[in-house]
Amino acid sequence: MARFVFRRLALLIPILFGLSLLLFLWVRALPGGPAIALLGERATPEAIERFNRLYGLDRSLWEQYASYMGRVVRLDLGASTRTNRPVLTEFWERFPATIELALAALLIAVAVGIPLGYFAARRFGTWLDNSSVVASLIGVTIPVFFLGFLLKYVFAVRLGWLPSQGRQDARLAVEHPTNFYVLDGIVTGNLNATWDAIAHLILPAIALASIPLAIIVRITRASVLDVLNEDYVRTAEAKGLTKRVISRRHVLRNAMLPVSTTIGLQTGLLLSGAILTETVFALPGIGTYLVRAIDGRDYSAIQGVILIIAVIYVIVNLLVDISYGIIDPRVRVR
Amino acid sequence: MNTTPEPLLDVRDLRVTFSRRGRRDVAAVDGVSLTVGAGQTVGVVGESGSGKSVTSLAIMGLLPRRGVRVEGQVSFDGRSLLTMTDDQLRQVRGRDIAMVFQDPMTSLNPVIPVGVQVTEVLERHRGMSGREARDEAARLLERVGIPDGRQRLKEYPHQLSGGMRQRALIAIALACQPRLLIADEPTTALDVTIQAQILELLKELVAASGTALILITHDLGVVAGLCDTVNVMYSGRIVESAPRHPLFGSPRHPYTGGLLGSVPRLDAPRAEPLRPIPGSPNDTLPWPNGCAFAPRCANRIDTCTEVTPDLEWTGERGLRCHNPLAPAELSAGAAR
Amino acid sequence: MSIQAAEILAETTHVDEEHGGSVRVEAWRRLRRNPAAIAGALLVLLFLLVAAFAPLLAPYGPTDQVALDQIRPGSIPGPSSEHVLGVDNLGRDELSRLLYGARQSLIIGVGSTLIGFFFGCLLGLAAGGLGGWVDGLAMRLVDIMLSIPGLLFAIAVAALVGKTRLGLMIAIAVPAIPIFARLLRGSMLAHREADYVMAAKSVGVRQSRIVFSHIVPNSLSPVLVQGTLLLATAIIDAAALSFLGLGTDDPGVPEWGRMLADSQSYLAAAAHLAFLPCIAIVISALGFTLLGESLREALDPRFRR
Repeated sequence: MARFVFRRLALLIPILFGLSLLLFLWVRALPGGPAIALLGERATPEAIERFNRLYGLDRSLWEQYASYMGRVVRLDLGASTRTNRPVLTEFWERFPATIELALAALLIAVAVGIPLGYFAARRFGTWLDNSSVVASLIGVTIPVFFLGFLLKYVFAVRLGWLPSQGRQDARLAVEHPTNFYVLDGIVTGNLNATWDAIAHLILPAIALASIPLAIIVRITRASVLDVLNEDYVRTAEAKGLTKRVISRRHVLRNAMLPVSTTIGLQTGLLLSGAILTETVFALPGIGTYLVRAIDGRDYSAIQGVILIIAVIYVIVNLLVDISYGIIDPRVRVR
Repeated sequence: MNTTPEPLLDVRDLRVTFSRRGRRDVAAVDGVSLTVGAGQTVGVVGESGSGKSVTSLAIMGLLPRRGVRVEGQVSFDGRSLLTMTDDQLRQVRGRDIAMVFQDPMTSLNPVIPVGVQVTEVLERHRGMSGREARDEAARLLERVGIPDGRQRLKEYPHQLSGGMRQRALIAIALACQPRLLIADEPTTALDVTIQAQILELLKELVAASGTALILITHDLGVVAGLCDTVNVMYSGRIVESAPRHPLFGSPRHPYTGGLLGSVPRLDAPRAEPLRPIPGSPNDTLPWPNGCAFAPRCANRIDTCTEVTPDLEWTGERGLRCHNPLAPAELSAGAAR
Repeated sequence: MSIQAAEILAETTHVDEEHGGSVRVEAWRRLRRNPAAIAGALLVLLFLLVAAFAPLLAPYGPTDQVALDQIRPGSIPGPSSEHVLGVDNLGRDELSRLLYGARQSLIIGVGSTLIGFFFGCLLGLAAGGLGGWVDGLAMRLVDIMLSIPGLLFAIAVAALVGKTRLGLMIAIAVPAIPIFARLLRGSMLAHREADYVMAAKSVGVRQSRIVFSHIVPNSLSPVLVQGTLLLATAIIDAAALSFLGLGTDDPGVPEWGRMLADSQSYLAAAAHLAFLPCIAIVISALGFTLLGESLREALDPRFRR
């Protein structure tokens, strides 16, 4: 088991290296440059030169990469060329917003998706089953920004039931020790703030959850259907076990395997979908930060953010891989 | 028919019809009746598609509910199985009637340890738990010839060979000392040498515990060593039924004769050609139009394609044929 | 993001070992009877016809500001008898723009899918066909590419290649390359071990011929399915990128995503301007998705429910 984990971890290193190199080169290849983006088209050559020297952009590519990697290993992602603040700091400030959103969306997707997929499979051929299949097909196709937009329009603009943007009502004076707005309310004893934060999260979370939800329903249903046809379920039935035991121990355990692999991939969906959702709902998260950084050719910020997101993504997939090894003993042999 | 003591299992006129969207209904089992007495071993022999497996699944109530219609009467120990509720059936299965299936490779849940798959039956029907269940499970595994039972409890199915898995499945089936065991092609998916071992095991266990056994197979050799009575099925109906020696010594139905004749014999001259039954199981007439076997039958006469033969009993032998084979001379030994 | 959605959907594709006419004939039969396939095919057909005949179908030109005089600050006239779907903030007929927009989506969708398909298959072919260190290197590259979530990747590439139509196509194609590569390679690997390949090898058929005449044709079905599904997501991603401001800058060519982005500021005055392009996107993408899904079910020998 330990060897399995170790082997997976070992694969991680070259991937992360390759990734950082790719990112580094990519950022340098972007048309224009941070100097021009920040100083404007009419900047004098001297000003540009000074800027480049300040940010070490005049040294050779290899030198830059070496010093960059040296700093990355020490968890120093440099300073934003736009605001001159450390990228890591800016990232941490905005990360909780995105995480909150992503977690809320994941929660919705899993809590609704798995039971729906399971019951659709058990009631194969009924209206529940067929409508689930159709709904999930549509769910995958509807762009996140459209759905976000639709929800915003119906529930916020027209009906006024829920807020249309931001994370919190500015009029509530709340402290933010954790920067996770939902938690902050609980931690500071201000439950009003928590409810308000949740209200702000509902619409974007539903929008973001739509695609993962659709996929989870699809895969859960297909997986449960497959398992129900397996011989070992027939054996379990022949043993006279109760429906509950069969569902729990024989059906669900096996059916969840393919589902859990996709959770890793879902994270990717969630992270990139968050970019769009944050834009629609004006949430101050990583997504909006990244879009602005790209617009402003903020090298350090872009590099830093994409690197962190990719690392998170890779780590999540690794964890999923490992947990798969725990659940399915056959995998450990490989 | 063996009627003096009340039979343990009494199947009367069992009919199983499959309907699929856009296709005609198929009667996989078309009026099958058989009985199994306590402690008896009954064989059901037939090609694939004869309906033998479906019969056993119908008895156990394991057929899917959608697209399947089951008619007839199945009575076990005086109780009607076909009219039981789901909960009642779950009490009977595993405890009073148990089943072993064909493919040991896929019949065990790959992600839970073998031990759990044994103890869960013990927990369910014998109320055991914890250490007691595990001890009994280990004992059961060793009883079926799996050495080091304790260790095996923690292992996963993929760590066991095919033969071991089938043994484990037999152990699971017999764990609660059922009155009846149904074995559907228990050795078909195994190597020949292992086949013999498993059959020996079955024979021994069944004799020791007095369990009745229904052995379903396409292989006559399997049946010869084990069964008291043999039922030969063709296209959903029983065409011949007889105790072991009379059947093998003197088969009456041309199909049975064909099955026996198609088995190569070690003492036959090497140049002698193999004698398969001509045609394939698809070359059948539906029963209502005459004898289903007629297209392939060497003994065919005109009546065979006009009148459907009924199953007629003489003593312990049942025969569904208009023009059966002549009774073999007993002194000539085997059928050929 | 949707590219990964497509990958997840296609994850359960199975490689079937039979090859030749029998599977394809069976698949075609199943496809014809499947209502989803028919619906998908109809939608795709509609999309293709609209894109092809847009100049004939559209009542006005896509950039003609015919109703400019009716625009007042804060108010945009709704649908009328002259403008069935209304006009946009610059007085251009919405229906015409939508119809012309189909061309853009078609070109971008098909173009990007083909580019991704081509390079992805090249990579996968090299990996699966040559094996050894080529395979190892190719797969590491694929792993790295797959470690960046789809849309993020597309955004990154779009920022690099600039705001042209070709740039947009490349941006959408690049994240798809590793998906195609891995799929083709996996398919080839599975077939490599297949019995019929062993048989061919034992008779002395040359390696290259085995690869090209036997393995590749059979490995193509999951790739084709994936291609169809990716076409759907390409349409969506094109819109997403335009929405984020990374699409073509050219105002002369209406693009659904761009239309959506532009309409954001006039949400209160004319909400329909936002919904209409969205509906167009969804319908077109849905058509390809349905088709791709039914294709997969039809080609999968296990799906005989």
